[in-house]
Amino acid sequence: MAVATKAAPAAGEEKELLISGSEAVAEALTLADLDVVTAYPIRPYDTVMQAIAKKISNGQLVAEFIVAEGEHSQFEIVKHASTVGARVFCGSSGVGWMYAMECLVVTPPLRVPMVALVGNRALDDPGAFGVEHNDALVVRDLGWMLCWVDTAQEALDTTLIAYRVAEDRRVLLPLALSADGGFLTHSQALTLVPPKAKVDQFLPRYDRGELLLHPDNPITVAPQANEDWVIEIRRQNNEAMGRAATVIEEAYADFRRVFGRGPDNPWFEEYMTDDAEIVLVGMGTISLPIKVAIREMRAKGKKVGMARLRWFRPFPTERLVALLSKTQAVGIIDRDYSFGSPFGSGVVANEIRAAMYNADRRPPLLSFICGLGGREVTLEDVYKATEMCYGAAKSGKSDTKTHWLGVRE
Amino acid sequence: MAETTTFANATQILEPFRGVKKVTLEEYFTSGHRTCQGCESALVMKLMVKASGPRTIVLGSTGCMYVANTTYYTTPWVVPWMHTQLGSSGSAALGTAAGLKALMRKGKMKAEPINVIAFCGDGGGADMGLGAISATLTHKEYNSLILLYDNESYANTDIQLSGSTPYGAHTTFSPPGKVIRNIHTRWKKNTAGMLAAGHPECRYVATVCASYAVEMMNKVRRALTIGGPTFIHSLDPCPKGWDYDPMLSHELGELAIETGIFPLYEVEDGKLTYYGKTKAIVDGRPRKPVREYLLKQGRFAHFIEEDLAYFQAKVDEMWEKWEIPAVVPFRRLDAAKAALGVK
Repeated sequence: MAVATKAAPAAGEEKELLISGSEAVAEALTLADLDVVTAYPIRPYDTVMQAIAKKISNGQLVAEFIVAEGEHSQFEIVKHASTVGARVFCGSSGVGWMYAMECLVVTPPLRVPMVALVGNRALDDPGAFGVEHNDALVVRDLGWMLCWVDTAQEALDTTLIAYRVAEDRRVLLPLALSADGGFLTHSQALTLVPPKAKVDQFLPRYDRGELLLHPDNPITVAPQANEDWVIEIRRQNNEAMGRAATVIEEAYADFRRVFGRGPDNPWFEEYMTDDAEIVLVGMGTISLPIKVAIREMRAKGKKVGMARLRWFRPFPTERLVALLSKTQAVGIIDRDYSFGSPFGSGVVANEIRAAMYNADRRPPLLSFICGLGGREVTLEDVYKATEMCYGAAKSGKSDTKTHWLGVRE
Repeated sequence: MAETTTFANATQILEPFRGVKKVTLEEYFTSGHRTCQGCESALVMKLMVKASGPRTIVLGSTGCMYVANTTYYTTPWVVPWMHTQLGSSGSAALGTAAGLKALMRKGKMKAEPINVIAFCGDGGGADMGLGAISATLTHKEYNSLILLYDNESYANTDIQLSGSTPYGAHTTFSPPGKVIRNIHTRWKKNTAGMLAAGHPECRYVATVCASYAVEMMNKVRRALTIGGPTFIHSLDPCPKGWDYDPMLSHELGELAIETGIFPLYEVEDGKLTYYGKTKAIVDGRPRKPVREYLLKQGRFAHFIEEDLAYFQAKVDEMWEKWEIPAVVPFRRLDAAKAALGVK
């Protein structure tokens, strides 16, 4: 439940609310004047749908709110609504996201700028509500833009940025906004909610142009193409993802201009990296224990920093490589797994290994898996990872073993 | 954005064609497709959009009417058309209708009634997509028609059996062998009946056969006019899947009705009406023996007398015993009794 912490502000002013990550997304969707939204229950993402339903029943948002009979239909319904010009929202968690998989696959080549919230959750079996990033990561090769947020404020801001980027005619791709289940979806924080007028300045109306499915524009969408055309269509998708990088840079710059806040570096949050010998990399709310540990270690003279990845697709290769190649060792903490992958590492570690391959200077790179199933990442876990990074920095060699932290032996 | 007060969520009023000479000349499904000779489903597509007219959006789920019908650069569709996934005809209809409604009631798109039709085959509709169709038929505030073209197999992927394939039919998943004659022993699902019975706010469910083209088009027009979510089940003879001479498509459609295997009816606001030769059967005309229909098709070539007798007995049972309690009287009890000479 949103609790106003100040006297009600006049219309057109920024409000400050104590709200959860999910509620922050719902605030942004209201400001974005969402047209069609589909819901299906699964924890923890579904708190956003509860918040939107309340917005609609309270008359704060006029939108079609459709409760689907499963995630497959949930994603198909909004996909089709988007093709006739509606601004749409959807979302899921864990195996629910997997149930929608066929629909997730078709959305990018149809150039549907759907925005979805993935409340990251461990996949079954066994059942677990806690965070793992494997759910959202399954679409990493398919043309979905993927980003991870860390706070309710970042969730709100990035939702507005998400529509601006996804609906840009140079992009027109779906975007999955990942929020760690429980740690962000359900945790409340003071969050600034901007006035509608400013949002209207930042976010133009969704205009599908000549791709609009309408009797006035009688096109045929997704006919059978086969080997005659499929590879050209795949390349177009890839080029759109390439252009997304520019559009993301523009959107963040404009966001800062309109709202007076937001990061200079859209791609990853840098924490004490300027003089860092060791940089730890992670995604999502894992930044909190890492930051606390870094402050403790800095007090003891250890120059440790953090890069928290916001964007995984498109992947900020050049910018991240520029930072990491300056360090003495890099430690990547995955909150996901990739069984049988090179070195048994998580997805992010292997992605960064690939990105670093052509770098002029390649510091030792260590891979860690931690916090699966929503297990808390402790300061001890971070200290241990850092110590191993210092060891590798001293020897100058990458450790080819992937280390599982905080696991019973 | 505030809601506009003028949006009425109306449908197009499509009066029935009074005879074949009154049918409009314009075609909205033209050349460009590459369906088989004698394909009855292609005719269904043509009649469906002829009936709906130009202010229509068509969504096509995967199946022959996607793969054989809609090739890049040679689309036969004059109206806007979009592919949807195999099990998604219900979701495609619902999403398209919801998108249009949202934009119109918020004043973001010119308000006008636009027909939304999603079609599916029997694999997409009676099997995989049944849940989504069922869900869509409960959303009474969105106007759409789902049309199931039932050629009684997965005809696009090599003729595999579906939940809508008749008992005993030879498909590539039910080949008669040296030891087992009939691998496929399931009786065909009653899709239209189940949807009519189980969705009290769906105002219109009908069965059609393109052998009776004007009636078929008029049922499409009725479904679109009455509004809300509606459903039509079309039985489509398929030369490739049923293994017969393509010139017999029309005749087999007629025989399916005359043998009583596929009854033609509609359920509008809970009221059941029989059509054409089905009505004649209900009113007492004898049904033709099912063997006249079955033995014209290679898919039943392995049938022996015992199989024909079983098939006939099951169809007799449908006419004599089936009804859905408290929902739809699927037969007129007195007429059926009279037809059978029962007092």
